[in-house]
Amino acid sequence: MIHNQTMINQRPAPTNTIGPLAWLRANLFSGPINTLFTLIGLYVLYLLVVPTIQWAFINADWTGTTREDCSREGACWVFVKARFSQFMYGLYPRDEVWRANIVFAGFFALIAWLAIPRMPFKRWVAVLALVGFPVAAYVLLHGGYFDLPRVPTHRWGGLMLTLLLASVGMIGALPIGIVLALGRRSNMPIVKSFCVIFIEFWRGVPLITVLFMASVMLPLFLPSGISVDRLVRALIGLTLFQSAYMAEVIRGGLQAIPKGQEEAAAALGMTYWKRMGLIVMPQALKMMIPGIVNTFISLFKDTTLVMIIGLFDLLGIVQAALSDSNWLGFSIEGYVFAAFVFWIFCFSMSRYSQYLERKLNTGHKH
Amino acid sequence: MSVRPNTRPAGQKPPFWRDRAKRALIFQLLLTAAVAAFLLYIVGNVQDNLSARGITTGFGFLSNTAGFGIVQSLIDYSSRDTYGRTFLVGLLNTLLVGGFGVLAATTIGFIVGIARLSPNWLLARLATAYIETFRNIPLLLQIFFWYFAVLRALPSARDSLSFGEVLFLNVRGLYLPEPLFESGFGLIPVTFLVAIVASVILVIWNRRRHEATGKRLPAIWISLALIFGLPLLVLLATGVPVTWDVPELRGFNFRGGFTIIPEFLALWLALSIYTAAFIAEIVRSGIQAISHGQTEAAQALSLPRNLVLRLVVIPQALRVIIPPLTSQYLNLIKNSSLATAIGYPDLVSVFAGTTLNQTGQAIEVIAMTMAVYLTISLLVSMFMNWFNARVALVER
Repeated sequence: MIHNQTMINQRPAPTNTIGPLAWLRANLFSGPINTLFTLIGLYVLYLLVVPTIQWAFINADWTGTTREDCSREGACWVFVKARFSQFMYGLYPRDEVWRANIVFAGFFALIAWLAIPRMPFKRWVAVLALVGFPVAAYVLLHGGYFDLPRVPTHRWGGLMLTLLLASVGMIGALPIGIVLALGRRSNMPIVKSFCVIFIEFWRGVPLITVLFMASVMLPLFLPSGISVDRLVRALIGLTLFQSAYMAEVIRGGLQAIPKGQEEAAAALGMTYWKRMGLIVMPQALKMMIPGIVNTFISLFKDTTLVMIIGLFDLLGIVQAALSDSNWLGFSIEGYVFAAFVFWIFCFSMSRYSQYLERKLNTGHKH
Repeated sequence: MSVRPNTRPAGQKPPFWRDRAKRALIFQLLLTAAVAAFLLYIVGNVQDNLSARGITTGFGFLSNTAGFGIVQSLIDYSSRDTYGRTFLVGLLNTLLVGGFGVLAATTIGFIVGIARLSPNWLLARLATAYIETFRNIPLLLQIFFWYFAVLRALPSARDSLSFGEVLFLNVRGLYLPEPLFESGFGLIPVTFLVAIVASVILVIWNRRRHEATGKRLPAIWISLALIFGLPLLVLLATGVPVTWDVPELRGFNFRGGFTIIPEFLALWLALSIYTAAFIAEIVRSGIQAISHGQTEAAQALSLPRNLVLRLVVIPQALRVIIPPLTSQYLNLIKNSSLATAIGYPDLVSVFAGTTLNQTGQAIEVIAMTMAVYLTISLLVSMFMNWFNARVALVER
């Protein structure tokens, strides 16, 4: 029996456990050591953030076209502005830049379509992105067809080249990676050992030696008289290197599928390729997407290495611009700009992969 | 084998293309033949191309005189030495920057990873900012930043940054005082070794005694005191037979002391900072993978806090941490090959760069370089597999 009269009225929580002050006490000043850490942290933050903001924004020069427009007290973003189209397209002819712009627009539109969960016709768009778009992009960028003037690959550069290297490396590595992963899980000893040797070889050597190999040794491997474009050589190296990492991601995804799935398919009389293509792969691919995005991020960062074999990707073109005698002494601005562009891409991709991981996780908890 | 209703007369075997084992055999034979044909084709092309260019194959070039200098070498090297020696110099430089990089990256990575789990909100946010900044920027860009924008922009030797008049930092590198050992110094490494052996014996004896009687000594502290205290005592007793060669500005440059070249500094900084961001994430996920119930159970057994960490949390977390940590170490060593972009004389730069250009022996040089990295990868993963097997969960 409850006596309403004797009920004590509800009271608000004690003031020292709610509100911003309590939050501060709990999270920043909960003891002498914690307080010390907070003070050190604040000091470090002060040392880092204040000069950075002053340099990058308050004292920075934004307008003008030559180095005389820079006061040299803060960052000289005029340099980046003056070089912006080079940083984006490399030495691509100015009159033809619209072609690169169309490819950029198509690229980002396809990526956005595939990345946003609500969009329909995912499968067809994926086929378009993996097969149709690369062909169209090649025709547009390289020219030589439909009255488009030819633009040789050594004039391609900047962010365009970075994206191109990463995407082609990725699209090329996906089928090779699938075959290698299936081969590594195969029961056939010779197939398995070939795949293991192939994968472990590429994973054991640094990308830079692979690129050296592609640029120095590939011409030796081909019959004399056949010369391969430098960009194509780099792409071959990147694709083979990436396919080994891709194979390991795919193998991880395949291992996550319970064996019962394949056994059930075999019990229904499906052949190997039907079991893999209709039962195992569709389930595994979905779980692999975060891993694939992660390897794509590292491939994207690794494309910067092509500047060592003489291609002008974003970092290569920034580095080349820094040695321009009209613009000496702006290396920090150049690097900060390049770092910012890379960071935006990599950070958004890693956030997307984390989001996917969370999303896929809930679907697979039994 | 056959699941279908048997339509064949009894005793007749199915055709060979329906037999899985035979099919697999044929497929594998075909694959082997294809791979062999491909390799033969390449070897044939290589031979044609090499003879067309007048390059002789073989490793004879390794004993030719190199004729170029190397800015940093751990062993005696001059331009009169052979290409074989440049290989060795490059390999040692790779191992040097790899070893120091692993040490620094592990230290920073563990500190940042633990800081990310700190109850202190600000500290956790700072650690997150560190991780998200540095792991999303290409390593080569970071190396360039440290080298061209920071170390190459330092003042010249005359206006060096000085730290307590013994350390000097300028565009040519970091100048440190170098210890010069006098005659009586040989005793100190000997004492050091003796102390290490004694500590190992002490730890083993202590563990046996602990298991037998339940009594234990603070063996870790005693061994630390032995390892560092004993040599120090000997050092003082022999009258400190060490003099410091402090670098001095003479003319346009520093003389004396010990120099760390800016290429090494840039590469080491960039490698450590970049890899530490990945290690921090590994450490965080390793610690978070240990369920809180483990800590609570240990506390319920009234283990003191340091033993909860040492005996319960850390051994389990290490099990999760070590495999990905290994691959980060391997990545670091492989990434040290980016040295070639700033001219640090590592294996790729000295051997696959200068030596290859001078001799033209592309195949031998690249094969040797790749073999080195493959060997390092295999050795590290073998060691880590052994270690992993030691700490792995023993299920009963």
